[in-house]
Amino acid sequence: MEGIKQLKEVQTVDVIEQGVGEVFTDPDADKARAFFRTKSRKMEDKVMSVKEAVEKYIHDGDYLTIGGFGANRVPIAVCHEILRQGRKNLGFSGHTSTHDFQILCAGEVFDRCDVAYIVGLEARGLSPNARKYMETGKVKVTEWSNYAMSVRYKAAAAGVSFYPARNLMGTDTVKYSAGKIIECPFTKTKYVALPALYSDVAAIHVHEADKYGNCRVRGITVSDFDVARSTKRLIVTCERLISTDEIRRDPSHTVIPFWCVDAVCEVPYGSYPGNMLGEYFSDEEHLKEWMKVEKDPEAFKAFLDKNIYSCKNHFEYIAKNGGMEKMQLLRQKEMMFVGARK
Amino acid sequence: MPDYNTMELMICTAARELEDGATVGVGTGAPCAAAMLAQKVHSPNLLIMFEAGGVAPLIPEMPISVGDSRTTFKAVMASGMCEIMETACRGMLDYTFLGGAQIDMYGNLNSTRVGDDHQKPKVRFPGSGGANDFASFCWRMMVMTPQDSKRFVEKVSYCTSPGWLQGGDSRAKSGLPLEAGPYKIITNMAVMDFEEKSKRMRVIALNPGYSIKDVQDNCGFELLKADKIVENHPPTAEELHILRDVIDPYRYVIGR
Repeated sequence: MEGIKQLKEVQTVDVIEQGVGEVFTDPDADKARAFFRTKSRKMEDKVMSVKEAVEKYIHDGDYLTIGGFGANRVPIAVCHEILRQGRKNLGFSGHTSTHDFQILCAGEVFDRCDVAYIVGLEARGLSPNARKYMETGKVKVTEWSNYAMSVRYKAAAAGVSFYPARNLMGTDTVKYSAGKIIECPFTKTKYVALPALYSDVAAIHVHEADKYGNCRVRGITVSDFDVARSTKRLIVTCERLISTDEIRRDPSHTVIPFWCVDAVCEVPYGSYPGNMLGEYFSDEEHLKEWMKVEKDPEAFKAFLDKNIYSCKNHFEYIAKNGGMEKMQLLRQKEMMFVGARK
Repeated sequence: MPDYNTMELMICTAARELEDGATVGVGTGAPCAAAMLAQKVHSPNLLIMFEAGGVAPLIPEMPISVGDSRTTFKAVMASGMCEIMETACRGMLDYTFLGGAQIDMYGNLNSTRVGDDHQKPKVRFPGSGGANDFASFCWRMMVMTPQDSKRFVEKVSYCTSPGWLQGGDSRAKSGLPLEAGPYKIITNMAVMDFEEKSKRMRVIALNPGYSIKDVQDNCGFELLKADKIVENHPPTAEELHILRDVIDPYRYVIGR
C-alpha cells in the first residue's frame, strides 16, 4: 500500500501483565457483528407484559445487565419477574448494582459476576443476604471498577473487542480482573486493555418510550447509553408509553433508538422502591425493612413470598406497600428535588 | 471554644482543603458534607461531581446515593459515568475523597474483601465502585477515617484503589497517570500527608487534645513525622452552624 510504511516484521501487542479473572462473555467483535446482522431493524410494535418479556428474552445461563444506578431508575419489575420465573445460572454485571443486586441475590439467580459495586446500598449500608451469598463460594467473581465496566460496554457498543483505559493498574483490582496491560504503539504509555462486554440481555427502566422502543430518559444516563447498544437483547420498562408522533416532534430527547429494543413494557412506578428523577423518590422505609428482615432467614423467606413470589405483577407489590397513597407521598418528596414545589 | 464531635472536626478539616474554583469528585456521607461545607463557607465556585453523572449541583440536602435526584438538583449537567471519569482521566478533576476498611502507609485502600480466597472471601465488601477510578485519575486523593490500628495496617489484605502503591516511584511505573495520588489523610486525631521521596504517610498536624503518641498507638505501621507538626484548628462557630443547621440538620452524617 502506497503511503503506508510496511514494517519488516509483523508486530503484535505485547501483554505486559494480565489479570487472573475469567471473561464471562465473548469479546469477539466479528461474532457480535454476525449476531447484530440478524437483529431486527423493523419498526414494529414491541409492547408486552413484563412476564412475557422475561419469558421470551431472559433464559437460564444468559449474561444479564441491569441499567440505572442501583436504586435509581432501575427496572425492579423485571428483577422480581426473573425471581418469579426461577431463572438460574445467569451471569451478572455488578456495575453500580445495589437494590437490584439485593433482589437477584435473594433468588440466587446468578453464579458468575463481574464485580464493580455489589453487596452495598451506598449510605444505607450492606445487604446481609447479598453479602452472605457472595461469601458462599457459589459465585465466580471477576473484579473491575464502575468505570472499567462502563468502558467495557462502550467498547462493545462501538463494535470493537477492547478499549484501553488508565485505571486499575498497580492494584489487586487489576490482578483479579481479566484486563491485560499493554503499551501504546504511539507513546509507549501503559494501558489496561478492557474486553468488550456484549451482554446476552439487558433491562433498562426509562421515563418514556413509544411502542417501538424509542426511549427518553430524564437526568443522569449512568452507563445506559452504551448498555443499550452493547446488549444483544434489550427489555425496556417505562413509566409511560408515549406516541411516536411525540418522539418525532423532538428527536433530540431520544436516548435509546428502537432498533436496540426487543420488548417495551409499561410499568408505572417501575423503579419503586428506588428513585425516579422527576417522578418519585425512593421508599427509604421499605429499603430499610429489606435490610432488616434479611438478618432472619425465616422472616426473609416470608417477606420474599409476600413481596415477590406471591405477586402477580408490580402493581400488586406496590399495593402491598402502601399503594397509591404511598406513591403520592414519594411523588411529593421527589418534587422538592426538582423544584416544582417550594 | 465550641463543642464538636470527631466527625464534625474531620469534615471541617477536609472542607478547608477545597479551594474556590477547584473540582471535586465525591461520594455520599462525610465527603459530600465536606464539599457542601466548603461551598457554603469559602469556595462558592467549588465544582462538585458525582460518578453517576451529576455535574455542579446546588445540593439541597445530603444525598443517600451518588445517583439520586439531589445529585442533579439545579446542576449544570446530568451526564453519565463515562463523562465524569473521562473528565477525571483528562486531568480536570482536582480532588476526591475515598474510604475503605483498610489503608496502608502508602495510602492504598481496601474496600473489597477480608480473607485470602477471592472466590470465597471471609468478608465481602462492595468492591471498587468508582473508587479505583477516582484514585487513579484525580490529582489529589484524600481520606477521612477514624484513627484505628485495625484500619491503618502495614499491608492492606487487598488493594482495591491505588495509593502510592509500594512507595517511591512504583506508582509512576505502574502506568497510572503521573503525579496524581494520595494527598492528605484526615483522622479524628491528626492530618497526614506523604513524604515526597518515599511516599510514606507522615504526620503534619495534630488535632486539639491529641499527642503524636496517641496517633502512633492507633496506627498499625510506623508513621513519619514532619519536622514541624502544627496544631489543627478546631471547627469555627460558623462552620459548625452551617454543618449542623443547613447541611445535615437530621445528623445523618455528623450524628455517626
